[in-house]
Amino acid sequence: MTDVGRHPRIKLHTLTEVVDVKGYVGNFQVKLLKKARYVDEKECTFCGDCVEVCPVVRPDEFNLGLSSRRAIYSPFPQAVPASYVVNINECLGHNPSVCAKCVEACEKKCINFHMSDEEIVEKVGSIIVATGFAPYDPKEVDEYGYTRFENVLTSLEFERLVNAGGPSQGKLIRPTDMKPPKSIGFIQCVGSRSAIKGGEYCSNTCCMNTIKSTLVIKEHSPDIEVKVFHIDIRAFGKGFEELYKRSRRLGVKYIRGLPGTAEEIENKSLRIAIENTVTGKIEFHELDMLVLAIGIRPEKGNRKLQEMLGLQMTPDGFFLEAHPKLQPVDAATRGIFFAGCAESPKDIRDSVTQASAAAARAIRLMHKGEIVTEPITSEIIIEKCTSCGKCAEVCPYNAITVDKNKKTPASVNSAACAGCGTCAAECPFDAITMNHFTDDQIINQIDAMFENKPDTKILVFACNWCSYAGADYAGVSRLQYPSNVRLIRTMCSGRVDEKFIWEGFERGAPVILVSGCHFGDCHYIDANHWTEKRIHKVRNKMEKLGIRPERLQLKWISAAEGIIFAKFMGTMEALRQQVSQEEINETIEILKNRKRKMIDKNTA
Amino acid sequence: MEAISALNTSAGEAFKPRIGVYVCHCGLNIAQTVDCRKVAQLSTELDSVVVSKNIDYACSEPGQQEIRDDIKEHGLDRIVIASCSPRLHEPTFRQMMQSAGLNPFLLEMANLREQCSWVHINEPEAATEKAFDLVKMAVSRVSLLKPLYPETLPLTKRTLVIGGGVAGIQAALDLADNGYEVVMVEKNPSIGGVMAQLDKTFPTMDCSI
Repeated sequence: MTDVGRHPRIKLHTLTEVVDVKGYVGNFQVKLLKKARYVDEKECTFCGDCVEVCPVVRPDEFNLGLSSRRAIYSPFPQAVPASYVVNINECLGHNPSVCAKCVEACEKKCINFHMSDEEIVEKVGSIIVATGFAPYDPKEVDEYGYTRFENVLTSLEFERLVNAGGPSQGKLIRPTDMKPPKSIGFIQCVGSRSAIKGGEYCSNTCCMNTIKSTLVIKEHSPDIEVKVFHIDIRAFGKGFEELYKRSRRLGVKYIRGLPGTAEEIENKSLRIAIENTVTGKIEFHELDMLVLAIGIRPEKGNRKLQEMLGLQMTPDGFFLEAHPKLQPVDAATRGIFFAGCAESPKDIRDSVTQASAAAARAIRLMHKGEIVTEPITSEIIIEKCTSCGKCAEVCPYNAITVDKNKKTPASVNSAACAGCGTCAAECPFDAITMNHFTDDQIINQIDAMFENKPDTKILVFACNWCSYAGADYAGVSRLQYPSNVRLIRTMCSGRVDEKFIWEGFERGAPVILVSGCHFGDCHYIDANHWTEKRIHKVRNKMEKLGIRPERLQLKWISAAEGIIFAKFMGTMEALRQQVSQEEINETIEILKNRKRKMIDKNTA
Repeated sequence: MEAISALNTSAGEAFKPRIGVYVCHCGLNIAQTVDCRKVAQLSTELDSVVVSKNIDYACSEPGQQEIRDDIKEHGLDRIVIASCSPRLHEPTFRQMMQSAGLNPFLLEMANLREQCSWVHINEPEAATEKAFDLVKMAVSRVSLLKPLYPETLPLTKRTLVIGGGVAGIQAALDLADNGYEVVMVEKNPSIGGVMAQLDKTFPTMDCSI
């Protein structure tokens, strides 16, 4: 930690959050909001004079409320930066200055109530997301009485209690009587592996955390009776099984079965009822203290970051890697990497391993000092452009400039263009070529697909990042779905031009699906909003033409939603079966007439 | 830009592409369900296809070499690889194209594994029919693909690390020790994260800080 504070190449912003990210791989502009510390962190000598005079006493978050701190405080003794901080909402001494005792006490004069929040812009080439996790709050598991019974603690509170720097200087005592407990019970999987409370996944670290805690207890006080209630013990890593065995050797009892209830008995001890799943019998255990091994939940700020960076998430709320085996630390967005529990629950060793991997991946990207861009960008066909400005309106990157008044044709800044193709789909005059996904190329695919037995086939447009990846995930998971589905990949669902849909129906498509990322997940900021608008428009037109609009479907499917993809293919097949050959023929006729009329109109 | 227009003309109307199709078995991953030999055979009839083969592992070095040799021998200018998802091996085959002297963007992949053999395991006939459709679609697309040229842009040799817990700290130190500038952002008043709150940590059983 201290290495970070004094490293000449690390610039540390604490009390800071990312509020906006612009740009692209190699050249991100990141806007940060740095909250005021009210203490000059460079000048502060960490002497503590200010703390002594502060009259405000509040629960100490670092010790999870098991001890108290002042309104001016240091989060913990080894904090980096080694500087005090004022919680301005608790402080009595600012605006108008009433108290200001700390200001008087500070010899170095580094407390300043006039500091204000700062906006900082940093330019970077790559980003590592290491936002960590949120410990599970077990209040909703009311049967264990957390917060109702004072001697029921979370595993994290227990950590503070046995920590030499903790509220009891490392002495293991009960919160109610400050006496050492004679017996302690640990309940595993609180907020993990549950379909109802917390997450359905295994939090990975709690078993070993409990085993370690039992060793800490037994090493200091071998007489304390320790019982661990579990579904099963997952000691799968290097050295883990040995540690588990050591714990058992020291007399820790491992009992298979999770307690149903905990109740307080005399002396504020606890009585739990469990079904021992080895013996099949109901048992009651009386314990002086109960520790809930709480699980790992995704950090709450992840959602906001996901939207800013265009990342993808698993349904659990952890960030989704580009590939589970081959790119386990890369985000699908180039230039962004994951480390630690932001990606999935993991212990310190795995977090450190992944962090080093993320650093290596970032270096691999940056070491040349230049970045090769994908040439999949759009180009204006100047002769066809009428300067209507539609393309500039829909571009999520403001990469297109056009002067409607002066009638100068649109132009694309290829460095800023990310290649979604929404402009090409929206241009009413076919004046934009989307390189590598041109109209001709895609129409050729549609035509080839419907060459034989068109009535039996389902055309699916899928975006590269979400729904196409979701279809791949269905494959990796070996989920079976109707074999008449054919996917056409575009970079973004925003690329799906109205004319592709007409082409499909004219070629005899019974049903068509346009699929893409969920709102907020779009790899191209919000290009999929245009997809939705367009599909809505096309469906209205279909209705007017006498084509059943249900034959065109829109579905948002994320890269992690293989199950949803496979299931929806079943839905599409059911829809397809409702479309008769007569209906298809009629549609073909309608669309041919429409085309004829449009040609006549244009030539007239 | 000149290079593009020159090649565009060569890809103009009079131009007839010479396409190579490679249907990959991927061991048994594809071949167990899809009749790769049949798909390759049917594909020889497709417009502009000069060579169509089934191949054990297209991504392996011998597989790639076979394709490179064909490119030379038959003067192929466009390649269709019918194998796994382009999300997996498109970069591999683009590199192969480049080393064979072709523009890497004159490649198209048909996804016969993730989106065909693996999802229609019990329907070999329907899967084979679909596989041929996917190849046909890829061939029709590849014949219209145009060479593209990536641009090189300057890059900021600096990394933002969001979060100052154990993972953020390790990543920041690794980067900084390798000579890269790091900006670390932490929402709390101190770095350390949850790790700092832990007592002794396994396996060294020492302090976590």
